[in-house]
Amino acid sequence: MLRLEGLEIRQDDFALSADWSLDDGAICAVMGPSGGGKSTLLSVIAGFLAPTRGRVVWDGRDLTGLPPAVRPISILFQDNNLFPHLTVERNLGLGLDPRLRLDANQKARIAEVLARVGLAGLGDRKPGALSGGQQSRAALARVLLMDRPLVLLDEPFAALGPGLRAEMLDLAREVLAGPGRTLLMVSHAPEDAARIADRIVLVGEGRAAPPGEAQALLADPPPALRAYLGL
Amino acid sequence: MAAGPVAVIRVARWPGGLAAGLVLALTLGTLAAVLWRAGFALRLGPADLSAIRFTIWQALLSAALSVGFAVPVARALARRRFAGRGALVTLLGAPFILPVVVAVMGLLGVFGRGGVLNDALGLVGLGPVSIYGWHGVVLAHVFFNLPLATRLILQGWQAIPAERFRLAASLGAPTGRLLEWPMLRAVAPGAFAVIFLICLTSFAVALILGGGPRATTVELAIYQAVRFEFDLGRAATLAAVQFGLCAAAAVAVRAAGGAPEAMGGGLDRVVERHEGGGWSRAADAAWIALAALFLLAPLAMVVARGLPGLVELPDGLWAAAGRSVAVALGATALTLVLALALVLRGGVAAQLSSLLPLAASSLVMGTGLFVVLYPFVAPRDVALVVTALVNAAMALPFAARVLAPAVAQAEAAHGRLADSLGLHGWARLRWLILPRIRRPLGFAAGLTAALSMGDLGVIALFAGDGQATLPLLMVRLMGAYRMEQAAGAALVLLALSLALFWVFDRGGRVDAAA
Repeated sequence: MLRLEGLEIRQDDFALSADWSLDDGAICAVMGPSGGGKSTLLSVIAGFLAPTRGRVVWDGRDLTGLPPAVRPISILFQDNNLFPHLTVERNLGLGLDPRLRLDANQKARIAEVLARVGLAGLGDRKPGALSGGQQSRAALARVLLMDRPLVLLDEPFAALGPGLRAEMLDLAREVLAGPGRTLLMVSHAPEDAARIADRIVLVGEGRAAPPGEAQALLADPPPALRAYLGL
Repeated sequence: MAAGPVAVIRVARWPGGLAAGLVLALTLGTLAAVLWRAGFALRLGPADLSAIRFTIWQALLSAALSVGFAVPVARALARRRFAGRGALVTLLGAPFILPVVVAVMGLLGVFGRGGVLNDALGLVGLGPVSIYGWHGVVLAHVFFNLPLATRLILQGWQAIPAERFRLAASLGAPTGRLLEWPMLRAVAPGAFAVIFLICLTSFAVALILGGGPRATTVELAIYQAVRFEFDLGRAATLAAVQFGLCAAAAVAVRAAGGAPEAMGGGLDRVVERHEGGGWSRAADAAWIALAALFLLAPLAMVVARGLPGLVELPDGLWAAAGRSVAVALGATALTLVLALALVLRGGVAAQLSSLLPLAASSLVMGTGLFVVLYPFVAPRDVALVVTALVNAAMALPFAARVLAPAVAQAEAAHGRLADSLGLHGWARLRWLILPRIRRPLGFAAGLTAALSMGDLGVIALFAGDGQATLPLLMVRLMGAYRMEQAAGAALVLLALSLALFWVFDRGGRVDAAA
């Protein structure tokens, strides 16, 4: 279970606080106006940014001081989720061994997850030779391969068209979601949240609200969400 | 406390610390060694004082002339489109990797006693003019630095958005006072300070064209003190003075807004201009033609005089060439390792130590190393190793300046991904940094190799008969008035320097990752 205990983030005139927990297996959308701190919240959970106060706790273990790589977390950013100079296979391989000394068993696993995301046989391509949707699939494949219990999606599909974005979200839900894996995704579009999320965290006015029931929130938005959605 | 980045050990810090220590030992340590060997007896004679005076004013004059002429040339290049413009702009980068002795050889071919200028003057009953003396030193410095100044100022011109020129034209406003003068006031002081600093450290030019009471630079005085008098006290005092001068100049560069970026691309764009009629067109053409002639004529003379010399190359030329290439490759490897270690470590200390060699005298560096090594080995046995070491240190500031932005960019774009995957240490270097900086790495390697290949400094102090590098062999041939053979050697040196640069630079580009 992810727990944010008395979390406070202060940077110049920006401030954000959060104090809540999220159940295992939840698919949670993080919504709110631009500049409200959605990405910043994910950065703190992932370990790129140290909070001013408070703790990030996973299953009772304090993660706050740990570097990103040793946290039980995978993250996809808005862009640059693949190294452009490495083949897809090597990009995935880095998720298994940062020194990239891959044995036959590991290579077989890479081929397997590539097939699962629909990229069978494309392991020796470089990202530049893939379409935008294929690049997203490759990044998802690495997350799948790393098999961490908490996955953070910081709008990795924002640059894709609406149709492709929905396709990727479905794929993410299909291959990643499941017992024991929690998804936390920044989202701008209520239809995305409605599509796959069962929880929503509303970020704005200096606070990340506790996760609420997605369907209920979208059906009867509180004033802040109502303002954000322009209702 | 504000929220800050989590401390992640990305790359070990000790290699950078080691590199900084080595640079410190090579610069300040060698100076201390020379001072110690001299018994800390600081003294300056009247000749030394005049060397200091000459060093300062020739550098001021060289910088002023270079920047002064660069302004009209850069303006002409910024606003005119013509065949060969791209080639000319590329050529402006060439003097940086041109061996000094080769350039001086070319200048002698144009302005020397038997040069084409005196031939022409003779035809109309004038002359002859002599290139030897202070004006020859300044001429050579302008030859080297006019292109640099032109590139720096051209960059300033092209940084003015085309929309502003369009706006000024639509308002009928004077573009000069409105757009160009403020740009020049921002860019020219930096260019001036950089060239002033470069000219302060002049040795090979002064050795060949200068000398005597009226045209001796501090570096040349250090050479004479060590080589002819073995007066280490004087050499060390002069070195300390030189260090102070260069440090002051480096501060001036900072104060002038830092060294502008001279290596960058994007110079092939022509600014669309909406004013200027026939006269300004003719003036621009004249400036471009004059600058091209000034740059190309000496190079043409190197080729023209060198080709006949190729028939009868001097004994030992290929051995000297082999030594030069070996020294250049050694220096290149060391410079890249040092520069990368310092850049990856980052921080003020690493940045400062990568700049320190700019203020150091290569001759004092060499002398200090010999003072330290003297009890253990004969100087001649290690002349080439010491030369490679000193060349590596001298090229370090340039290499670090090329690599630092590339490493920063690789980290900015992909650092978080690498952090999240746990790429640190060697794995980060191997899979993130090195592939992302291939092009600048190749460029820095080419730069270092060419600089080292053409270097004439420490080697002139200590080389025995069988240890001359190619530039030293050339100077010896010139000293013996075997000009034809020297010209042949110059052409070989030029070809080798350019080839080394090309191979490394190319190596960084071929199959470079997207």
